Amino acid sequence: MPDQLLFGMEVFLNGLMAGVLYALVALGFVLIYKASGIFNYAQGVMALFAAMTLVGIMEGRVPFSHLINAVFGSNVHHFGWHLPAVVGIVLTVGVMVLLAWLVNALIMKHLVNQEPIILFMATIGLAYFMEGLGDLMWGADIKKLDVGLPQGINGTIDQITFDAFGYGFFIDNLDIWATIIAIVLVASLMVFSQYTKQGRALRAVADDHQAALSVGISLNFIWVLVWSIAGFVALVAGIMWGAKSGVQFSLSLIALKALPVLMLGGFTSIPGAIVGGLIIGVGEKMFEFAIGPMVGGATENWFAYVLALLFLVFRPQGLFGEKIIERV
Amino acid sequence: MKTKTLITAAAAVMMAAAPAMADLFVPSLTYRSGPYAANGIPTADGYKDYFTLLNERDGGIGGVKVEFEECETGYNTEKGVECYEALKSKSPLAIHPWSTGITYQLIPKATADGIPVHSVGYGRTSAKNGEVFRWVFNYPANYWDGASVAISHILDQEGGDLSGKKVALVYHNSAFGKEPIRTLEELGKIHGYELSLLPVDHPGQEQKSQWLQIRRERPDYVIMWGWGVMNQVAIQEAVNIRFPMDHFIGIWWSGSENDVKPAGDGANGYKALTFNGLEKDYPIFDDIQKHVVDKGLAAGAGDQIGTVLYMRGLYSALMTAEAIKKAQEIHGTPDVTPAMVRDGYEALDITQETYAALGLPGFGPDIQGSCQNHGGQGLGAVSQWDAAAGQFKLITDYIQSNQDVIAPLIAADSEAFAAENNITPNCD
Repeated sequence: MPDQLLFGMEVFLNGLMAGVLYALVALGFVLIYKASGIFNYAQGVMALFAAMTLVGIMEGRVPFSHLINAVFGSNVHHFGWHLPAVVGIVLTVGVMVLLAWLVNALIMKHLVNQEPIILFMATIGLAYFMEGLGDLMWGADIKKLDVGLPQGINGTIDQITFDAFGYGFFIDNLDIWATIIAIVLVASLMVFSQYTKQGRALRAVADDHQAALSVGISLNFIWVLVWSIAGFVALVAGIMWGAKSGVQFSLSLIALKALPVLMLGGFTSIPGAIVGGLIIGVGEKMFEFAIGPMVGGATENWFAYVLALLFLVFRPQGLFGEKIIERV
Repeated sequence: MKTKTLITAAAAVMMAAAPAMADLFVPSLTYRSGPYAANGIPTADGYKDYFTLLNERDGGIGGVKVEFEECETGYNTEKGVECYEALKSKSPLAIHPWSTGITYQLIPKATADGIPVHSVGYGRTSAKNGEVFRWVFNYPANYWDGASVAISHILDQEGGDLSGKKVALVYHNSAFGKEPIRTLEELGKIHGYELSLLPVDHPGQEQKSQWLQIRRERPDYVIMWGWGVMNQVAIQEAVNIRFPMDHFIGIWWSGSENDVKPAGDGANGYKALTFNGLEKDYPIFDDIQKHVVDKGLAAGAGDQIGTVLYMRGLYSALMTAEAIKKAQEIHGTPDVTPAMVRDGYEALDITQETYAALGLPGFGPDIQGSCQNHGGQGLGAVSQWDAAAGQFKLITDYIQSNQDVIAPLIAADSEAFAAENNITPNCD
């Protein structure tokens, strides 16, 4: 088989894996938008905050230690424990649920029936607040995140492809795990929304707030629920991206990777986020592989948006988005 | 009571009438927040702690206290310019922009205002030509020196012959990242290696394509020009594809603990250039502990002392302090102005004896400045990450960059700048 074809296949597979990671970020946006019509600008920062909190809890860091030490002249930094990843994740989910409750109680509850742009701007404020809060709580240093997921080349795939083609494909173990986790996550969300009382209530709110309220569904509860789920998805995305680069401010910028996915897949569809992520991941990687060398490389960032815009020309609501019909 | 009041009033009048000895105002444009805060904090801490040490231990510089002020830029060029505009009325003796983007913006402004700008190992490379860039300094080394030092080290590894070898440059796709390309191309013509260029888009969180290409093309060496998250991701990806870490060399801004720790033990053996020492037992640390930390005056949380970037911030302060001292010597007054400090920078003479006397034996290369040379002698060293020790360690002496290649490039670039801006090169 020609080398370029083999390389292309390897790039294609890696594009799929990258797409899954993009989709993980996009999922958080979709969940909140679908339930409340809010484009949550803070989703990337939530991923950062969740990952920082996870590392902080696992390593036994004292939250706000710099502030405490500066005010009281003390020298406390660690509680002296190191918790297993599972315990850390459970506690971090608790923190994200608390955050969801606070966001609803202090911000969203007071903005019911406001214009979408007002809600959007509120999430911008929330993003900046959380950036500062995260730094203040856990420090701005780059933190190593190790929840036990394997990283590096998958030896089995390398060996199988080498035996078959004479060239071993590189697939990162972390990407394989990300794919498995994303599949489980999406399946769980589907089951939750289809077969549980809360899930059906969430869908009802997504379809029509007023109608849902009229049959006794608590809007407050649903919003806390959906922000909590988005917080959990943010934690998963934060773990996957944080394992690659360490937990640091730049994690919040992964939201930029989700935007073309949302444009392509639609803001209201979970399958759209997945399919959109895969198309963007494969599209940008294959373009970089095939065309990148001719135009000086570094095409991925802008090509993802070009690809999304191309889809928008034909389907403004995205591949799976709901068609908006406004009567005059 | 009346007498006491009169004495107090007289003392107050006398104090007001006496010629006030102004402090030496040395501000710093810092980024303790934002995407690069993890790097900005130790750098800013080192810079501030050095001046605090001089104030507390020596009573300042030449008997005059240093007044220090930080302005937060968040590594944002616009904010950096705002900071400069806010600070310039206080006659800062030198400005450290801590960002190549901000440096570029400040070059024309500071030149017009007569304020020295010191970009330590970053900024515009051709600012080394002091006849064109009269107010800009980039001691002790520039990016083109860095590229040349990296190739010299590779030459040393390969027994002096690079013909037929492949070198890949993984770089931040920005003006900063593109800096070494011309130098590496010129050196490639001389040494016969093949250079491939792999740009990474900002911020650099996704580099799978670049590292798959490296895995396919198997270059003998990879040089990295990165900053921020790009560094951590690149090192992790290199570990993932099992690229030999001792054949992976980063510029000095890709060589702090922040860059290697996320990759864990896999990063062991990774190399990075440096222009300053990295020991953990310099005598100055005892003074910092005694006069700064123990008095509760340490910058930030005081937890960065001895890290790579802390030492770089400290080194930057050291050079500025030495320039101020030199200005005081030249002009015979402790109250120096920005113009006098420019003279001090141009007469900078830092030797191994100077470093030893400052409690930093062997800390950096000798620096001799002049009107023509605002960038030093172009020396750099190579450090290597020891994961077990959790420390970068120097593995070479200071290596002289290839000035036969770099000097003409600097001359050409600075002359082009002079022509564009109607500057007549001079030493007036």
